[in-house]
Amino acid sequence: MELNLEHRPNAHCENGAISTLLRYHGLDLSEPMIFGLAYGIFFTHIPFLKMGGMPVTSFRTFPGVLFKRIMKMLGVETRTQFFLSKEKAMRELDYLLMEKREPVGCVVGMYYLPYMPLEYRFHFNGHNIAITGKDERTGDYTVLDANAVEKVTISRKDLMRARFPKGGVYPLMGQMYHITRMPDELPDLNALIIKSIKKACWFMTSEPKWVKPVGVNGIEYLSVRIRTWEQTMGARRAKLNLAQVIRMLEEIGTGGAGFRFLYGAFLQEAAERTGLTVLNDFSRRITEIGDLWREFAYTSARIFKQRSDNEKNYNDLGDQLHQIALLERQFFLDLNDAVK
Amino acid sequence: MKIEEVPQDLKYMKGTVIRDTDYAVDSEGRYQRVMSSGWEPKNLALDVIMEDIDEQCQSILADVRAGKASPLAYHAARGLMDEGLLADYAGVSKRTVRKHFQPDGFAQLDDAMLTTYADVLRISVEELKSIPT
Repeated sequence: MELNLEHRPNAHCENGAISTLLRYHGLDLSEPMIFGLAYGIFFTHIPFLKMGGMPVTSFRTFPGVLFKRIMKMLGVETRTQFFLSKEKAMRELDYLLMEKREPVGCVVGMYYLPYMPLEYRFHFNGHNIAITGKDERTGDYTVLDANAVEKVTISRKDLMRARFPKGGVYPLMGQMYHITRMPDELPDLNALIIKSIKKACWFMTSEPKWVKPVGVNGIEYLSVRIRTWEQTMGARRAKLNLAQVIRMLEEIGTGGAGFRFLYGAFLQEAAERTGLTVLNDFSRRITEIGDLWREFAYTSARIFKQRSDNEKNYNDLGDQLHQIALLERQFFLDLNDAVK
Repeated sequence: MKIEEVPQDLKYMKGTVIRDTDYAVDSEGRYQRVMSSGWEPKNLALDVIMEDIDEQCQSILADVRAGKASPLAYHAARGLMDEGLLADYAGVSKRTVRKHFQPDGFAQLDDAMLTTYADVLRISVEELKSIPT
């Protein structure tokens, strides 16, 4: 049994799962639209919160939040379930798939996903996939993974393990979600777009100065801290920490430059829909900021290679980040004024 | 980023169905979705992390050869598992895992426990008992 859904690669896994679920119910939104509407753009650098021994640096909001936000905005009713029993979690999934014929979004750990390249099999417990079918004979499930180029299959055993990974920041407990009811009439998207842009601006710039790790302040905070990494933790740890930042910036799922390009694409589409042509200028501006983030990644790459001593060092990275922080703050302040 | 600048530095995603999706602008400034097979700075960042894991594995391997650690300790490190994580997945206590990381403790393991560990680490029991030469 397989639901009639075509695969569509997306930059980010959660956007992909949301898009799959909505498309099944006849609402086709592009990935930038989903990301922008759920105001997913963000920045945070929290040195005292560790994930796998590294400080948390994130370019987007927390996992799972996008889904809740966009469904609430659109007025779609959904249900999210957690389980204590693995067997029950699988039974409930089968029931939804086979009886109710609903695609189901699952939050899984990446480590036990068999189709991941070996080097990507990290203990990351926050990957989103949409399950759209089950082969009754073999028991394999059909999975639409936004990061894959085609539909993939996964065995029951692997899926069960992936749904109950250990050792995360919080237990997943087989978390899965599906749409229970679509609204009779969709709300006006144009109004939602303006609202979302305002929210995004608020999240990025509203923090007072002393809230250092969040929003644009976070970029500034990282730019200050990164300068002393080599002195405080030694060359080796510093390199590992920097590698972690680059992975968060570019690793599967950001669409390039830590979601900045994705947001640019959203602003462009928003300009088209709402007729606010000024948003096109902002799209260009965030694209330039994104290019600076790519520049930052290039500089880091030179540090990884360490060609010679007089090459780039962490101070250069700090300077680059400082510049990005200034530009982003101005960008979001101006954007807020523009949509007022 | 322009479409023609979208990097195609295939390394870690080789041979799998996983690809990056990037958003880039075309010559008229319109955003398009473009597939990317990897980017050098990102690959280098992964290299740094992989090298770090490799170094840890090599040092444990030396311990195993010197009779100070069990093959399980090596395979756990290879599988990116620390004591706590392995204990959680295998359903035993951390203390037990620590014991099995020692050659003496490992030698006493029965087949059932070996199978459990092998299953968690996704290798065969034979592989679990041996180390690469």
